[in-house]
Amino acid sequence: MLERQSNRKAWLYLAPALVLLLVFTFYPLFNALRLSFVYWTDTNTVGGFSLIYNFYFVLTDRMFWKALQNTAWIVFISVPVSVIVALLISVFLNSIKKFQSVFQTIFFLPYVTNGIAIGMAFAFIFNVDYGLFNMVIGWFGINPINWVNTGATWGHAMTALLIYTVWGGLAFKIMVFLSGLQSIDKQYYDAARIDATPRWRVFTRITVPLLSPMIMYITITSFIGAFKAYSTVVGMFGTSLAPNGALTKDSLITVVGFIYQYVNEIPVNPSAASMAAASAIILFLITLVFTGLQVLVSRKRVHY
Amino acid sequence: MNNKEKETKTKQIIVKVLVYGFLVFTAILITIPFYWMILTSLKPFDMIVNETQPSVFLRFSEMAFENYANAVQAAPYFTFMLNTVTVSFFATIGTVFTTILAAFAFARLNFKGRDLLFSVLISTMMIPGEIFVITNFDTMARLGLLGGDKGILSFLAMNDGIFTQSHLQANIALILPFMTSIFYIFFLRQTFKQIPDELYLAAKVDGTSDFKYLRRIMVPIATPTIITITILNAMGTWGAYIWPTLITQKTEYRLVQNGLREAYTDFAGMVAYNEQMAAALIVTFPLLVVFLLLRKYIMRGVSRSGIKG
Repeated sequence: MLERQSNRKAWLYLAPALVLLLVFTFYPLFNALRLSFVYWTDTNTVGGFSLIYNFYFVLTDRMFWKALQNTAWIVFISVPVSVIVALLISVFLNSIKKFQSVFQTIFFLPYVTNGIAIGMAFAFIFNVDYGLFNMVIGWFGINPINWVNTGATWGHAMTALLIYTVWGGLAFKIMVFLSGLQSIDKQYYDAARIDATPRWRVFTRITVPLLSPMIMYITITSFIGAFKAYSTVVGMFGTSLAPNGALTKDSLITVVGFIYQYVNEIPVNPSAASMAAASAIILFLITLVFTGLQVLVSRKRVHY
Repeated sequence: MNNKEKETKTKQIIVKVLVYGFLVFTAILITIPFYWMILTSLKPFDMIVNETQPSVFLRFSEMAFENYANAVQAAPYFTFMLNTVTVSFFATIGTVFTTILAAFAFARLNFKGRDLLFSVLISTMMIPGEIFVITNFDTMARLGLLGGDKGILSFLAMNDGIFTQSHLQANIALILPFMTSIFYIFFLRQTFKQIPDELYLAAKVDGTSDFKYLRRIMVPIATPTIITITILNAMGTWGAYIWPTLITQKTEYRLVQNGLREAYTDFAGMVAYNEQMAAALIVTFPLLVVFLLLRKYIMRGVSRSGIKG
C-alpha cells in the first residue's frame, strides 16, 4: 500500500480500541483458559491445577448433555431450514421489479425486533387455550396442542422454539443473499437465455455457484450463532428455559444456558467460575471443529 | 408463430403469478406475529379468555386502549427506556470514536504486524461471548463497579436487601465493555479501503497531516457507513438482556428487555396476555420507528457486511 512505515502513529490510533479489547476480550480469554484448569477443593478454596478435572465434571453432567442435545437440534434444523427458505425468498424477490422494496422492508422487519418481546408474542401465538396456532390447526380438525404452557412436552416446545428461531433468522439471510444476487453479472443470465436454458438449470448451474461465497458465509455464521442460542429460549420460556413446571427431560436448556447457570452461581460459589469457563471452552471447541469442517467442505464447492 | 408466442406469454404470466403468490404468502407469514401482537394488545381481557376462536379483527369500538395504561403501570418502562438510551448513547459514542481511529489505522497506515493483528482480531469473533462474561463480571467487581467495597460479596448483599451499587456505577459497568467492536472496525475498514489512494497522496502533497485527512476527508466520505454503525449499535443496546441482568443490582438500573421479561415471568396462574402484548409492543415500538425512518442505512449495512466475506 503506502510506502512509509508509520509504526508509532498507527499504534496511537489503535490504542483506544486496543486497550478496551485487551481488558474485555483478550484478558478474559486467557483468564477463562486459566480458570478451566483450576482445581477447587471446595467452593471457596483453590486446591491447585488440574488439566482435566473441570472438563471431566462438566462432561459427566447429564444436564450438559441435555443442553448439548437441545442445542444440536436447534443448530441442525433451524439453520438449514432458514438458509433454504431465505435463498428461495431472495431468488424470487430478485426476479420481480415492482414492489421489491416493499417486500424487502417487510421481510426485514424481524431483524430490528428481537429477543424477549417477540419471544413473548410467539409464546402467546402458541398458547394452548388462546393461541392462533391452535386455532388454525383446529380448522384442519387437529385437537389443540400444548406447545409452551404448563406441562408441555419437549417435542412440542422444541417445535415451537424452532419455528420462532427460523422466523427470526430469515431477515438477515435474505438481505445478504439479495445483495449477493444483485451483484451477479447479468452477462451470465443473458448467455443462459440465449441458450434457452430451463429455469431450474439456471438456478442450480449459475445462480447457486456464483452465490456460493455468500451461502458459505451465511451458513458458517448462522451455525456459529445457532450454537449460542439462548435469548430466544428465554424470550419464549423465561429464565427457567422450560415450559412451566417441566421436568428435566422436557427442558429446553441450551449449552449457553448451561454456562449461565454456573455464571449466576459465581457470587455464592466462586468455584462455579471454573465450571463455567470449562463449559464455555468446550462449546468453543465444538464450534471450532464444526466450522473447520464446514470450511473444508466448502473449499471444494465454493467458487470465487 | 402466434400460437407459440401465446404459449410462452401464458407461461410467463403463470410464473409471475406463482412468484408473487409465494412472496405474498411468505410476507404474510412474516408479519403475522406483529399483527397478532398488535391485535392482542388491543383486546379486552374477557375477549381473550372467553372466545373459543380468537377473533382476527377488531372493531374500533371494541379496542381496549387501557391495556397500554395498565402495562405501563406494571413496570417502570420509562425508567428502563431512559437507562437504555443513556447506556446506548455513551456506548455508541465510544464505539464510533474507537472504531474510526482503529479502522483508519488498519485501512490506511502501514505498520509492522498489521495483518497479523487484524487476523487475530477477526478470529476472536468466533468465540462465544460467554467466555468473556465470566471474567468481565469479575473485572467489574475489581473496578468497584458492583457496589460498596471491591468485592462480589457486597454485590450479593442485594439478596438481603442491601443495595450498594449506585446508578452511575451500574451505568459504567453497562457501558464500558461495549465501547468498541471488532465487527464494526472490520466493516468501517472495508469502507475506508474503498477511498482511492490518490486522494490520500494528493492530500499528502499539500502537507495535510494524517489526522486532518481522516477528519476532513475520510470521515465525511464514509459518513453513511458510520451512520449505519451508529444505528446498529444503538439498536443492539436496545436488545441487550444477558449482561444487564448479570451486573446490575437493582431492577431500576436495568434495560428495556430486562424490564419486560421480569414483569411477565410465567406463573402457573393466568397471565394478562393482552397487557403483556401491549408491554411488548411498547418496548418494540421505538425500534420499529427507527427502522422505518432509517431503513436505508440499516439494510445497506447488513447487506454490505455479507459482501466479500
